[in-house]
Amino acid sequence: MFNSSPIIVGLELGTSKVCAVVGQLSDGGVLNIIGLGQSRSRAIRKGEIVNASDVAEDIRNAIVEAEQMADVEIRSVYLGVTGGHIRGFNNRGFHSVVSADREIAPEDVHDVIKNAKAINLSAENRVVHVVRQHFSVDGQNGIADPVGMFGARLEVDVHVVHGQFTRLQNPIRAVKGVQIDVENIVFTGLASSLALLSNEQKELGALVIDIGGGTTEFIVYSAGTIKHTGVLAIGGDHISNDLGYGLKVPLPMAEKLKIEHGSAVVDDSDKGIAIQLPCETGLPDRTIQVGHLRRIMSLRVEEILELVNEEIEGTGLREYMRAGAFLCGGGARISQIDKVASRILGMPASIGRTNSMSGLKSALDQPEFSTAIGLVKFGSFEQQKHLHRTGPLHALKSRFSQFFRVG
Amino acid sequence: MMTSPDTAPVMKTLSIRVIGLGGAGVTLVGKFHAEAPDGVRCAVIHTNSRVLDHSPCAERVLLGAKLLRGLGAGGDPDLGRAVAEDSADQLKSLCSDTDLVLIVAGLGGGTATGVAPVLARIAKDAGALVLAVVAVPFDFEGQRQRQAQAGLRKLRGAADAVLCLHNQKVCQLWNEDTRALEIFNSANELWVQGVQGVLNILTRRGFIHVDFADLAAVLRGRNSESCFATVEAAGENRGRDLIEKALAHPVLDRGHALTEADALLVTLMGGPDMTIGEVNRVMDALRRQPEDAQFIMGASISEEFAGRLSLTVVAAKHAVQDVDQPNDKNSPGGGRPGDPQIETQFLQSPEPESLSASRFVPPPPELTESKKSELFARQGGRGGKMRKAGSRWRQGQLPLEIISKGRFEKSQPTIHHGEDLDVPTYIRRGIKLN
Repeated sequence: MFNSSPIIVGLELGTSKVCAVVGQLSDGGVLNIIGLGQSRSRAIRKGEIVNASDVAEDIRNAIVEAEQMADVEIRSVYLGVTGGHIRGFNNRGFHSVVSADREIAPEDVHDVIKNAKAINLSAENRVVHVVRQHFSVDGQNGIADPVGMFGARLEVDVHVVHGQFTRLQNPIRAVKGVQIDVENIVFTGLASSLALLSNEQKELGALVIDIGGGTTEFIVYSAGTIKHTGVLAIGGDHISNDLGYGLKVPLPMAEKLKIEHGSAVVDDSDKGIAIQLPCETGLPDRTIQVGHLRRIMSLRVEEILELVNEEIEGTGLREYMRAGAFLCGGGARISQIDKVASRILGMPASIGRTNSMSGLKSALDQPEFSTAIGLVKFGSFEQQKHLHRTGPLHALKSRFSQFFRVG
Repeated sequence: MMTSPDTAPVMKTLSIRVIGLGGAGVTLVGKFHAEAPDGVRCAVIHTNSRVLDHSPCAERVLLGAKLLRGLGAGGDPDLGRAVAEDSADQLKSLCSDTDLVLIVAGLGGGTATGVAPVLARIAKDAGALVLAVVAVPFDFEGQRQRQAQAGLRKLRGAADAVLCLHNQKVCQLWNEDTRALEIFNSANELWVQGVQGVLNILTRRGFIHVDFADLAAVLRGRNSESCFATVEAAGENRGRDLIEKALAHPVLDRGHALTEADALLVTLMGGPDMTIGEVNRVMDALRRQPEDAQFIMGASISEEFAGRLSLTVVAAKHAVQDVDQPNDKNSPGGGRPGDPQIETQFLQSPEPESLSASRFVPPPPELTESKKSELFARQGGRGGKMRKAGSRWRQGQLPLEIISKGRFEKSQPTIHHGEDLDVPTYIRRGIKLN
């Protein structure tokens, strides 16, 4: 661990790419992205590792590239985790203030959060994040910081993200296998939202949908705090797979067609347009109807968004997301997906832009890198706490609550 | 449409003969005997004179008195079949002047397993419709289970319709500590309820009428997976209670049988106070199976049911054809389907007069050639000589289009609401590209 170092690295083991982003925290606390390394991911399906040795090699390649670009040595990373096993839910903790004058001390806050954390998770599950939402003192809701207030009964609402312990261990193991420390694991959906949303947007309420290669993460903010998180184990890979099956082309070709000719909507103008497929084997060239390609693709894209919509419907938070929906991940590159998303979700939808950061323009502008950038941002919040405050209580506070509120 | 009792046309009352076969059959008919509706006559048949003596039923037939000396068939179905063939005249007289013969038997032993197919054949020869309501033993009964399955296959070949109660399903209701007698009692209880329910379907005139033809349509060719259950409810919330009871019924696998069934016959009986809302609610709740499934419903009103509702469900699932093939190729008309001899004989053989009275024959739907031959093969002949001609050979087919999941073949499937999301969306939604 090198907490004193201003170098912060985010590593994302994605289904389509392994990506390392290097950030530097300046003296003024400004985060600057100075390096980016990536390599094609070969052994990850639906966000989870299927071949550890291939993954180790991909990690090494990405790290080496990032090191060269940033001209630093990377010794530890913030690691993004995802997968269909990750779930989020809200929980509430209670604590009675015992001091004679009923003034709430930092210890009370510590205790109430500890109580909220004591959740009945089954043995194989581990908590990834416990995010504080709001405190309430003697029934008075919406209190951001109760320290110094008077009250007898302190309560806190938290959002808990958890996953299966063994499946969370796999990526950590893979990273440690290439002699790199893991500072902390971060749910990738949370990381993306940190990269994309400003404080104002979090206050207004927003939905972030990260459509990755193998998984789609979504996270709902309302009144400045996380209200809902979830993962669907479907993503861009499924679109390619559908195309490969439906158009009877090999997967790499399907992937290429998706990127070059794909769209989330089918227009009447697509009818009759054909694409000539090059053929190396000497067989006659094949043609593919763009209409078919886009029909297959739009159905899958719509389905992914409908599933997200279904989840949001269940939370009853739709009216509280006034800033609208922000899309990121490779899936956000699909042409016209923002229009489809705003139709299905019933709110304005746009492609998310990484903000409040400086550095490599090429990295900041691309939706694929928002997760890795968000990981760096998460790391910067954690490290700022370590730099500015010391002592167990501050460390604890930073850990549980404030990282996402500062951004 | 509702017709008030006094304007209803006079109908021929169906004469029904309920025959209890073997130990379980005798016990059951004994229980049922006292409450039998009008026009239903009961009889019991056994090879063991002691069992027969204990039956309250008046009409008793002891088979093989000479051969077996009234000591039973000793669990040997071949022996049962032999004595039944031997006393064919006796059985025939039992089935004469009857429209419908209901065979009640617990398969697995010697008498029931051996005699039931023979009795069914004889009854059919005598011009009656044959419905067999049988129970299959518990899994732990071992040898009996195997005999029962063999008997069931034979019976399916001989009877018009077979309703089968799997005792094993009753087991789900109980835990380790339940006394064995209770299980047998509750199995019997369910069986009696089912038989009564089925008899009610057949005998009562409903304002949405269901008759034997409907029942046979549901069961024909599907009977290996059929199940039946009757539930009753009374009181203020009887409509809702009835649905709850039906969905919790062990024989219906807690509602699974309903969703999986591809043919369903549901009849609701109530007093004059039954409301249309109740009928609607019950039918809606039970219509859970896929769209293409056959759903036949009936409803009737009877003074006896004042203040309560009774629901009888007969659910059948299409199973692999599970009927004994006739192995006697030399018998008249023996052969495979598609054999022109069978079709012509079937088409030429006139419907026996005695059968047409109670059976509604719908106009034939348009069928493809292959479907036709399959149907002919399934129905078999009506006349006695044609019994063995009804060969059930049918080419099994595997689903040919196996949808590849491509690169997700080996990964953990993403299941959402029972749908495998790894399968392309357009295939799951059945959208054609061209």
